[in-house]
Amino acid sequence: MIAALDIPYWAQTAIKVAVALGLVSGSAFIFAYVFLYKIMSHMQSRLGPMEAGPHGILQLLADGVKFLQKEDLVPERADRFVFAAAPVVVMISTVLLYVVIPASPTLVGADLGAGVFYALAASSLSVIGILMAGWASANKYSLIGGLRAAGQLIAYELPLLLAVVGVVIQAGTLSLSGIVAAQADGEIFGLGAFGQPFVLTQLVGFAIFLVASQAELTQAPFDMPIAESELVAGYMTEYSGFRFLVFYISELATTFAFAALGATLFLGGWWFPGLDTSGGLLSNLVGPAVLFAKIMVVAFVIFWVRFSYPRLREDQLQTFAWKVLIPLSLANIMVTAVLKVAL
Amino acid sequence: MAQLPGLIKGLGVTFRTMLKPAVTIPYPHYKETPAPRARGVIALKEENCTVCMLCARSCPDWCIYIEGHKTKAPPRRAGGKPRTVSLLDRFDIDYSLCMYCGICVEVCPFDALFWSPEYEYSEPRIAELLHDKDRLGQWMETVPEPPALEAGAEVKGRGKA
Amino acid sequence: MSTVSERQQQAYVAGVAADARINVELETEGMTLNLGPQHPATHGTLRIVVRLEGEQVVEAEPVMGYMHRGYEKLVEVRSYPQINTLVNRIDWLGSFANEVPFILAAERLMDVEAPPRAQWIRTLFFELSRIANLSLFLGDLGVQLGAITPVFYAFRDREHVLNLIESATGGRFHPNFDRIGGLKEDLPRGFVDEARAAMGKLRDFCDELETLLFGNEIFERRTRGIGVIPAEVALGYGLSGANLRASGVDWDLRRDQPSPLAWSEIDWKVWTHPDGDSFARCWVRLQETREATFMVEQLLDGLPSGPIMAKVPRIVKVPTGEAWVSTENPLGEMGYYVVSKGDTGPFRVKIRSASFNNISVLPWVLRGVYVADVITIISSMYFILGDVDR
Repeated sequence: MIAALDIPYWAQTAIKVAVALGLVSGSAFIFAYVFLYKIMSHMQSRLGPMEAGPHGILQLLADGVKFLQKEDLVPERADRFVFAAAPVVVMISTVLLYVVIPASPTLVGADLGAGVFYALAASSLSVIGILMAGWASANKYSLIGGLRAAGQLIAYELPLLLAVVGVVIQAGTLSLSGIVAAQADGEIFGLGAFGQPFVLTQLVGFAIFLVASQAELTQAPFDMPIAESELVAGYMTEYSGFRFLVFYISELATTFAFAALGATLFLGGWWFPGLDTSGGLLSNLVGPAVLFAKIMVVAFVIFWVRFSYPRLREDQLQTFAWKVLIPLSLANIMVTAVLKVAL
Repeated sequence: MAQLPGLIKGLGVTFRTMLKPAVTIPYPHYKETPAPRARGVIALKEENCTVCMLCARSCPDWCIYIEGHKTKAPPRRAGGKPRTVSLLDRFDIDYSLCMYCGICVEVCPFDALFWSPEYEYSEPRIAELLHDKDRLGQWMETVPEPPALEAGAEVKGRGKA
Repeated sequence: MSTVSERQQQAYVAGVAADARINVELETEGMTLNLGPQHPATHGTLRIVVRLEGEQVVEAEPVMGYMHRGYEKLVEVRSYPQINTLVNRIDWLGSFANEVPFILAAERLMDVEAPPRAQWIRTLFFELSRIANLSLFLGDLGVQLGAITPVFYAFRDREHVLNLIESATGGRFHPNFDRIGGLKEDLPRGFVDEARAAMGKLRDFCDELETLLFGNEIFERRTRGIGVIPAEVALGYGLSGANLRASGVDWDLRRDQPSPLAWSEIDWKVWTHPDGDSFARCWVRLQETREATFMVEQLLDGLPSGPIMAKVPRIVKVPTGEAWVSTENPLGEMGYYVVSKGDTGPFRVKIRSASFNNISVLPWVLRGVYVADVITIISSMYFILGDVDR
């Protein structure tokens, strides 16, 4: 779309970069305000920030400035380059995730044929960033925390992947736009008006996806690596100021991206009954809004669980992934494959 | 997975709480009125004070500073002797030390000290937390009437409440 | 006959021995972790020095004293009313409960008995402070385990109890209400109705917490079987309160010890649990909170009328003697040993606080547990540092 404008290539690239960063941080800010400041507060029977700006909207600005004005401490024995690079790597993996999510028939960063595969691969890059952070902090406890986080993230990659495989089998394509189209064109008991969001047929897969993404985002009940800072320092301890802000923004932005992924794979993405999957002005205008609404629903469930449950111990976490989620998701794949061929 | 209902019911609790209004009272805009007996600040009724020093002596923190002098007042009836009265020169309560225990108020035999529920007297400098005689006298306006007692309490001189 | 010289052989052997020595040292050294005085989990300034062997704790030693305020020295130069004020601050969450054993000891020395209305209202406030204390425990328990919402419900519903205490005594946290011979003044009008409403809300809170926290499978997995203290060990270390009852020992001073307060006049139940693990301790405290709300309602129903204060001289001079009184405080058994030499203030007061003995079992119970469970066990034991250090 930007290529249609008649401006030099460097200007186009600059616009794209600005839009990408704006989208990533904007979504993080929206999530921080809606879920962390307001929904969490109301679930806890309190009001949340109210003083800065109407209903505390400017509190985000205040918190941002607070982080930016902190002293940039790098531990003496830390590996400076790796220490500085770790938050950037995590942020890169987040931005890469945003590339494939279709917001409408034409609004997509890159409509890759292997969209799903690419998205899951990009999300696992963050593990490298976490290991870099844990190692470069020159802190025994950061290293242990980083290793534990990496172990958890790798363990929960598998159920995430396997849950999505069921969707791929049913849709017949790895491309995310293709999956949205498959849900739009599907039928429920012969009724084509509502399409067939895969949440109906892949309910187990959706549940596994939500649990696995909760663990991928290190949110409660799977936040032992971060809350490890009760007892042992987590991998983020030595980071302060802007570097910590980058970690935090990428965590919230990744939540947005995973919610978008869940909405696209299971809830029908940007499609709404009446919209045209091949293009058209209406789809391009309404599509992003519909996708946003679905993202908020999925994210609400993710944060709702985060605020309500205590955390699992590290070994219980791993047992749950390996002994419960993976067999369940394998069974889901088998059933889906059999039914796909049979029906 | 038999415990699944427990997990779901827990989610229900937080969801229901989210729908109910929050209990926070946004302080500077809305203020809760404290109970009439709330121990906010001590007020001094100077005309009742006879400089007996009981309050200063019984304060666990020794935060009351009293100075007084004796003078002769005119006799109550014509033809009587002039009486000696003690007058206050200085009566300071240091609220940076005060424990808000109320022993001074209780121990005063002449009802010169009263509790008031006022609590908004924070100062930017600790030295200004020393309230002198005049300031303590100003707090008297905020002293409420003692609340009526619960049924079954014995009210002195009037039988049961 | 070897091609390697004697010196080389000796050097090789020495090198291997040196390596072995280093390995042996590393093996036995382990990792020492300092759960420092500033730590969100330790309810105050407690330091626990933990020796780890991989994931498991080999040795744990609590280091206390960071909050020592010198109570037993302070009270040597103060009179009984002044000490009553100070004593509120030992266990600041269940504050009225600290005053009661001290006043009872002084009353025993003076051979004075408070009128029945005063004893009933004393019991009422004692149970209110139990509710205030234990509801904060229930909220704090959630936070230590990662559930961030119950603590806000705890503080929200505790406000009802604190407002009640404020309406009657003037202070939310430090009531300073008990006097030798009775209470400072009577209840204000409307207290009984407000208290009944508050008890209803607190029971709703207990139900909410049971659903949100205790019914949660994750909570059960984190606390069942963790930190089991058998009954003999509990008795041997002098545990008291809910920690003892959760190990199956049926012992409650309110029922088992004659006391002038009104516990024998109302109908209530002692809750025990046979397991002795962290879940048992938390569960017993939840039931105790609920039981306390029922007790408060019974006390409100049966409140006798009459004077609030016995005939006691204005300046209290306690006759010579020694008295020991202990009560079932929210944290456990708290007792005062008052030695009087006939003055307006005691000669010596020894304060037996529940939490001091409760943390003495930590080296025993923390052996062999995983690092992540240390926090669970500490928060289920529930001690207040003001009570530990005095």
